[in-house]
Amino acid sequence: MATKPKSAKKAPAKATKAEMLAFYREMLLIRRFEEKAGQLYGMGKIAGFCHLYIGQEAVVTGMQACLKEGDQVITGYRDHGHMLACQMDPKGVMAELTGRIGGYSRGKGGSMHMFSKEKNFYGGHGIVGAQVPLGTGLAFANKYRGNDNVSLAYFGDGAANQGQVYEAFNMASLWKLPVVYVIENNMYAMGTSVERHASEVELFKRGISFEIEGEEVDGMDVLAVREAGEKAVKHARSGKGPYILEMKTYRYRGHSMSDPAKYRKREEVDDIRSHHDPIEGLKGQILELGYATEDDLKKIDNEIKAIVKEAADFSLESPEPDPSELWTDVLIEEAV
Amino acid sequence: MSVDILMPALSPTMEEGTLSKWLKKEGDAIKSGDIIAEIETDKATMEVEAVDEGVLAKIVVPEGTEGVKVNAVIAVLSEEGEDVSKAAPSKPKDEKADAKSDGSAEAEARKAVPEEEKPKPETPEQPRAAVPKDSSLPEGTTFTDTTVRDALRDAMAEEMRKDERVFVMGEEVAQYQGAYKVTRELLQEFGERRVIDTPITEHGFAGLGVGAAFAGLRPIVEFMTFNFAMQAIDHVINSAAKTLYMSGGQMGCPIVFRGPNGAASRVGAQHSQDYSAWYAQIPGLKVIAPYDAADAKGLLKAAIRDPNPVVFLEHELLYGQSFPVPDIDDHIVPIGKAAVKREGTDVTLVAHSRMVGFALQAAERLAEEGISAEVIDLRTLRPLDTDTVVESVKKTSRLVCCEEGWRFMGVGAEIAATVVAEAFDYLDAPPVRVYQKDVPLPYAANLEAMSLPNADDIVAAAKKVCEGAF
Repeated sequence: MATKPKSAKKAPAKATKAEMLAFYREMLLIRRFEEKAGQLYGMGKIAGFCHLYIGQEAVVTGMQACLKEGDQVITGYRDHGHMLACQMDPKGVMAELTGRIGGYSRGKGGSMHMFSKEKNFYGGHGIVGAQVPLGTGLAFANKYRGNDNVSLAYFGDGAANQGQVYEAFNMASLWKLPVVYVIENNMYAMGTSVERHASEVELFKRGISFEIEGEEVDGMDVLAVREAGEKAVKHARSGKGPYILEMKTYRYRGHSMSDPAKYRKREEVDDIRSHHDPIEGLKGQILELGYATEDDLKKIDNEIKAIVKEAADFSLESPEPDPSELWTDVLIEEAV
Repeated sequence: MSVDILMPALSPTMEEGTLSKWLKKEGDAIKSGDIIAEIETDKATMEVEAVDEGVLAKIVVPEGTEGVKVNAVIAVLSEEGEDVSKAAPSKPKDEKADAKSDGSAEAEARKAVPEEEKPKPETPEQPRAAVPKDSSLPEGTTFTDTTVRDALRDAMAEEMRKDERVFVMGEEVAQYQGAYKVTRELLQEFGERRVIDTPITEHGFAGLGVGAAFAGLRPIVEFMTFNFAMQAIDHVINSAAKTLYMSGGQMGCPIVFRGPNGAASRVGAQHSQDYSAWYAQIPGLKVIAPYDAADAKGLLKAAIRDPNPVVFLEHELLYGQSFPVPDIDDHIVPIGKAAVKREGTDVTLVAHSRMVGFALQAAERLAEEGISAEVIDLRTLRPLDTDTVVESVKKTSRLVCCEEGWRFMGVGAEIAATVVAEAFDYLDAPPVRVYQKDVPLPYAANLEAMSLPNADDIVAAAKKVCEGAF
């Protein structure tokens, strides 16, 4: 079984100019959006839990590029990046963070609970690991219907220890369900490092006893992610069953907004930021290949800033939900 | 010396079975452990092993005999060399009291319990209700006696024929034909794509079912019992019940979680809990707990068609009971409507699931003492039809709430509080509750019987609320 680390020995993954610029734009949107969310949180405009995706942008950006119409995405509570990658409207996402009627869940879900049936984004789940059987169920529906769609179930290194993950692995492999499990290993389950929470730290091996192939991927390199994703998605789409990708990644910010940051050193964060940043890395390649100039990229930066500003403004202008919203959407009222 | 071979009890709730096949014939030598016969119960077909050695001297109950009571003599075994032709069953005996050669723990336990303390046999329990008067049914509707088990099965089969998106998954639902035979023959009709045996992983397959429902399928997830659904309750509540609200109405979850709930018989505390109050508390769920077969069928069909997550609480001890089910093409019972199962004027007995049977028995006995009891079957616990209860109490002025589960924070508490709030001036006495004793359900037969509520408790409670009135 091809369950081995891949990242180190391989030739760098390739992409066209248009793809690279699109990835750059996508990752930058996620970063600027998250920075703005952090800022709004500090201003008291966003409340509760708010888990930022800064540092991990390459993972969803690369994986999303492997999907086709009708493929589904589901993830846990660190979900803003996934929604933006699914082409959900930044205004609707930000307005949900501020708890306004213009939010994707009409202000009733919040940071961890957003969905878009139209964009095939199935949440946004606050219970660690719950999205794994749920995402496996999405894949089950694809197989039941006999279409060739695939579901992507994202979860973190912390969720990788949940029992239900393995119950889902077992059924997915047994029934050859078209699901790709994307483990976003950002090295910390909240504040507990992977060495301190996992007996087997190479999480891509977690499928071995279920006969699920897995591989390790440099999750800070969007092109490597895309390349591994293409292979995994093809595997699932062709009826061979599930596949595991362990994305080695890193989050720069705390677990949520109130994070004592006592479990890791400032230098560790700084080192990754300066040497492995996914956006800076791609920017360097784009410039080196002559796909764009500094000025071209600056222009993209400004466009992104404008989109994020528009989203933030919308999220503050959109009114709070009408009190009548309290009682709606509990049940679907429909005569049998 | 000859030894009687007795009809064994092959499950905790078995009272009788069909002796479907003899695998040995008279005159055959039998060794301990030999398979001598096959017995079919309402749950499964099982083999009978010989306990003693000898020669099969006489077959007392021929193969194909139905309704053979547990502990009845089915054959006689003689010792090697004994004159086989003289063998005859030892004289008729109290079959319940003698369970010697059966050897099962079940039979041994039965023996140890004095007759008067035994739980009453299930079958003759409910007064054989006349065909129900249901104004919603067309004039001239005929009825067929059907077990609750078959009514549930028929409901699933009918809905699966109608809607390709409906499938059933759970432990032993396919090849085994259902741990309690509720999914019997569904595999044969619908195939393995739509009738799916799962691994024993409740948390995982409940979550998988919810994901499939998010994607627009209509899963029926069977829990072998709701006791095991505690492993899956996170998906029932956090994933299935809450997502519609958290998604601002986008992400519906049309799923049915069903299976037996509450006490079975002599299976101990971990297999005998009533979860009615647990699920009924959750906004975003519908919770159904039917009593008779007609409601079981009509409500399960409604549940499968409902666009919301439904928890459908069945009762193992009702599966084998028969009730008249209307012979109509598409028998649907609306969710959220209680039923007045017996009209009365002096006291209202409110119950759901198996307790309805006890309430009907109690009403019968109360009538003999001149107390006219009205029996309300809640049928649905969420949404709860409090109007029917309140209207009844306005007429009777007295309320007894009956539930199989614990009193503390229970269904009865909710009903009593609602009635006190909405019909306080009509009440002539404080409401009284009937419930399971506040302990984990014990195994010992006498303690189990003491713990569970029954018709006696309801009669006593009704007399208490009627004290001084007559």
